[in-house]
Amino acid sequence: MKVNKNIAVSESGFLFDSMSGDSYSLNPIAAEIIGMLREQKSVEDIKKTLLEKYEVTQTVLDKSVDEYIFTLKKLNIVK
Amino acid sequence: MKKRKITVGVTGLNNIDSPGPGIPVIRGLRESEFFDVRIIGLAYENLEPGIYMHDLVDKTYQIPYPALGSDALMKRIEYINSKENLDLLIPNFDAELYSFMKAADRLKKIGIHTFLPEMKQFEERHKAVLPEFGKKYKIKVPESKTILTDKYFEKMEDEDDFKYPVLVKGKYYDAYVAHNDEQAKTAFHKIYAKWGLPIIIQEYVRGTEVNVIALGDGEGNTIGAVPMRKQYITDKGKAWAGITLGDTNLLSLTKKLIKKTKWRGGMELEMIKTEDDEYYLIEINPRLPAWVYLAVGAGQNLPEALAKLALGIEVKPFKKYDVGKLFIRYSYDLIVNLSEFEKLTLYSEL
Repeated sequence: MKVNKNIAVSESGFLFDSMSGDSYSLNPIAAEIIGMLREQKSVEDIKKTLLEKYEVTQTVLDKSVDEYIFTLKKLNIVK
Repeated sequence: MKKRKITVGVTGLNNIDSPGPGIPVIRGLRESEFFDVRIIGLAYENLEPGIYMHDLVDKTYQIPYPALGSDALMKRIEYINSKENLDLLIPNFDAELYSFMKAADRLKKIGIHTFLPEMKQFEERHKAVLPEFGKKYKIKVPESKTILTDKYFEKMEDEDDFKYPVLVKGKYYDAYVAHNDEQAKTAFHKIYAKWGLPIIIQEYVRGTEVNVIALGDGEGNTIGAVPMRKQYITDKGKAWAGITLGDTNLLSLTKKLIKKTKWRGGMELEMIKTEDDEYYLIEINPRLPAWVYLAVGAGQNLPEALAKLALGIEVKPFKKYDVGKLFIRYSYDLIVNLSEFEKLTLYSEL
């Protein structure tokens, strides 16, 4: 999965899509996930990293990350 | 570098909620590193705000409406020229362009340069003939039809392919989305009362409206182009805020169109980008739009480039612009002495 090249994310977590002009505020974990996608980590690797780093159950993590990825795809942020 | 002094006549000083492009064009010219400009405002109405913006406009003359005939307009321009010695004239209203294009040679004879589309280019991009334009230049356009009576709506869905919602548009300005006969008739009469006939019915294409400002050199080259998406739209459908886009598809489409049409002068392409990433051309405005100052702010001073082209000065195409640059309009109350208003009203000069 790749982040589209027209996507810019600032250090403060402000995402700008230069093709559509849309912009979004990301919370720290949402920005972290985009960062890992940029490093071409797989979704499974991202989940693994987050599970080790944060106090969260596998079920909640899977649901949250999958929903987030679905939204990113829908908004043409990743493909 | 010593700046070249020029005197420029500019129309479209109506910097109101549905603004003319005059003031932003002047701001671009004022910021030129090449020209030192004296701005002569040309106003139709005595309450056009630009008349009273003395930091931007050096002097203003009232001019007659194009409806009074080309000759009356040209006589007035000749008089103004005898006082001001204009080097260049930049008309900014669609409705006046025809008169100025027709008079381009007459203006040049008295030393006034223009840089306007050719008559053929101007005519073939009219809203009423947009489908033919789309076929000729292989660009997707919504279906449209020219009508002369509101009775058309009573049988529209039975006799034609149009289904509600449709766009009801004036020849030059105004557009309303109509969802039924009643709304369509209301829109028809609103536009008819203001702009006359014909009225154009256009298929409503769903998607995001994106616009491009561009400048063609008349040889097929694009001197500059900046795409923008409206971020905030007024109830008149005008952009109150917008952001520059890095949409390379839009840029390449614009360049192709300018190459094929050999477009001369400023232009604004109004497009709809559908969910399937298809682009439909809904309108071409044959002049720089009111948001031109966003292009200046993003690194392409198109008014300056247009002035150079008009005066026969070589212009190299812009290679870049800042993506993600925003413009946000605001309103501002000018305080004007009655004596100024009186002077303009009585003597048609200020």
